[in-house]
Amino acid sequence: MLRFLQASPHFLEVIYNATHSLLKPFRRLLKPNSLTERVFVQGEIITKGAIFNCQMCGQCVLHSTGMTCPMNCPKNLRNGPCGGVRANGNCEVIPTMRCVWVEAYERSQQMPLYGQEMLNVLPPLNRQLQNTSAWINDFAQPEKFQPVGWAESPSPAGRGDRGEGERHD
Amino acid sequence: MIEKAMRSGSRLERVLRAGLFAVTAELNPPDTADPQAVYDAALVLSEVADGINATDASGANCHMSSISICALLTRAGYEAVYQMSCRDRNRIALQGDLLGASALGVKNVLCLTGDDVTAGDQPEAKRVFDFDSMQLLRTATTMRDRAMFLSGRKLTVPPHLFLGAAENPSAPPLDWRPQRLAKKIEAGADFIQTQYIFDIAIFQKFMARVRDLGAHQRAYILAGVGPLRSPKAAEFMRAHVPGVHIPEAIIDRLHKTPKARWVEEGMTICVELIEQIRAIAGVAGVHVMAYRQEELVVEIIRRAKLFPRVPPEALTRSVPNDRA
Repeated sequence: MLRFLQASPHFLEVIYNATHSLLKPFRRLLKPNSLTERVFVQGEIITKGAIFNCQMCGQCVLHSTGMTCPMNCPKNLRNGPCGGVRANGNCEVIPTMRCVWVEAYERSQQMPLYGQEMLNVLPPLNRQLQNTSAWINDFAQPEKFQPVGWAESPSPAGRGDRGEGERHD
Repeated sequence: MIEKAMRSGSRLERVLRAGLFAVTAELNPPDTADPQAVYDAALVLSEVADGINATDASGANCHMSSISICALLTRAGYEAVYQMSCRDRNRIALQGDLLGASALGVKNVLCLTGDDVTAGDQPEAKRVFDFDSMQLLRTATTMRDRAMFLSGRKLTVPPHLFLGAAENPSAPPLDWRPQRLAKKIEAGADFIQTQYIFDIAIFQKFMARVRDLGAHQRAYILAGVGPLRSPKAAEFMRAHVPGVHIPEAIIDRLHKTPKARWVEEGMTICVELIEQIRAIAGVAGVHVMAYRQEELVVEIIRRAKLFPRVPPEALTRSVPNDRA
């Protein structure tokens, strides 16, 4: 069962969508620092821990990273592989481990719903959310997912120069 | 060529904007408290380079820090490219250094993730990686263009910086590397300096994809090159320097060369690579990394017919738009 899930990124993105829809009506009940959160944390440790080796960063971006947990990267990279990936596709730091991002890229190719999100520049981690529930944070305090100065379009003066809205795909 | 507002007006930026084939070179940081070592290396490199890169403990080996090398370089009037890695410092230190570097007169910054601590001479160190290179890039653009720290706190005067990023066209996943480069431009990169290119076929394929994405029109791409000192040095680099890919044919070529001609052959290979790289559409310059052989850089640039360089006063001087 576990192997099947790990090998089916598309199925996982569908589950992600379904869970999101299922929880949405109850979002008012999903409060940080509550008993509910403690239950969610345990649930996430068991489920995401088993499937993704989740590190409980509390700001899950699995659907934007090819359904592969980027916190397993020794450098915690959230925006793609470093330049040190070995010729065989293994990690610079742990030579016996497949690069998390090589895996993420391959898996994103099988993800029609969210595969393209690999191209988004993700904000730095909020280290205060470590060991909290990503689901609850997502509904109750999404503003904590990015710093105030983090803008989707970083340079108002420089935006016009990006060509005719050319997307990279 | 690229229609962007002038970022810092640095020499490197002006050379690139003028459509000239740029040359940057890496200065190997010394293991001494004597500034003369930096001045000696800079004197040699400044003759042929439009910008001198001060590496930030590359390969995670401890050396004189890049910000202090930049302080020495700018003090002596040289054009510095400040390399900033996310390996050793968190966001508080990084943002402070961006401001400080600008105050010191640094106008070019290369934002890097950094080699892992395990690659260096002190593998037992704590790795930081609070940011990755893209987050550092976007933070630097936030400071420059919106005059604020990432927290939203205002800057009195923003740092005017020409921002760079690295890319390694020869590392897996090869198919995704061009998109990663485009993503770095999206994050704020004005120029790119690549890892060593030894495999032209891979680089040509990479650049073809980069052109398809139009990324070469949104940032200046400088290809990394460097002389190999000996077959042993080449094998060492391939095995121990993260992300360096050297094809068997080049190592064979050095093996077949008599020992007395190794350095010469290494330079010849480097010059040939530069010529092949120049022929590829979308490449705006080369970045020469000659580890502990700075004196060879001048000769390589001469032989590649990229010398003499355009004098700085011949370039249009333009003051960056003050958006503060």
